[in-house]
Amino acid sequence: MEKEDILTVLRTAFPADVLETSAPFGDPVALVRPASLLEIMTFLKAGPRGFTMLLDLTCVDYPDRPERFEMVYHVFALEGCRRLRLKASLPAADPSIASLSGLWKNADWLEREVYDMFGVRFEGHPNLQRLFMYDGFEGHPLRKDYPLRRRQPRLPMRPES
Amino acid sequence: MPGNFLTTRLDAVLAWGRKFSLFHYPYVTACCGMEYMSAACAHFDIDRFGAGWTRFSPRQSDLLLVVGTIAQKLAPVLKTVYDQMTEPKWVIAFGACTVSGGIYDNYAVVQGVDRIIPVDIYIPGCPPRPEMVLDGLLKLQEKIKTQGQDWRWKKKTS
Repeated sequence: MEKEDILTVLRTAFPADVLETSAPFGDPVALVRPASLLEIMTFLKAGPRGFTMLLDLTCVDYPDRPERFEMVYHVFALEGCRRLRLKASLPAADPSIASLSGLWKNADWLEREVYDMFGVRFEGHPNLQRLFMYDGFEGHPLRKDYPLRRRQPRLPMRPES
Repeated sequence: MPGNFLTTRLDAVLAWGRKFSLFHYPYVTACCGMEYMSAACAHFDIDRFGAGWTRFSPRQSDLLLVVGTIAQKLAPVLKTVYDQMTEPKWVIAFGACTVSGGIYDNYAVVQGVDRIIPVDIYIPGCPPRPEMVLDGLLKLQEKIKTQGQDWRWKKKTS
């Protein structure tokens, strides 16, 4: 990765798995096939000048798209302060993608949050449980089709005063 | 008879004692806590009104200050804290979130703590100024003064 554009490196190394690349505002972004995410991440992390830090991992719900959920990964290389954003689209029915918790420890809780809020399953995650919402909570509140006014109290509520 | 005594009613003297010796328990969960600290510390000093004794055990306190957003996940904890307090006890809802849920009209937040526990005084504001907190405290003292007092050998009145 010496002095070479990371997107070019990615396209050369994974010609079939990198679907789209762009660099809005100078930040490199790559859309990849979900099935090859783990392989690409392992490749990116390896090496002395690799992207050793997972900054954030989240999901976006686009209810109008057939591939409704878009996972977004931000990785960072301490060497040279380089950033890279990877995206992967997941289908509406039973969305699932490989877990990165084997590569980065912090992916553990980030993936639990995404599972809690969006219902994306992470294959190979050691403990895929809700992170923020409580046991017995139904549904995934950050999905766009979660009813805005739906309440799931844990205690019987007193009447409104 | 020389005038070296005065008469009062037991209710009145109990009310007088109770309103100037509020031991409060701050149940602080969010940014209103900064405003609570300001009200409690030297600049505004709720001790001037007899409520300076902060207790960090609900069993020793008789005023519950619910300060900050209460999430649904936290609701059973707040209920337990309230249940642990001994009578007589009062509750102040401090800030917009505890009064009504505030801006958080969503899946996670209790829409007003009065849906969980009874509330005596509501202090709105996001966050309320310390002056508003002191005003709320004075209103609570006014309420304590005028309400019927519970005492052990008397039937419960309120």
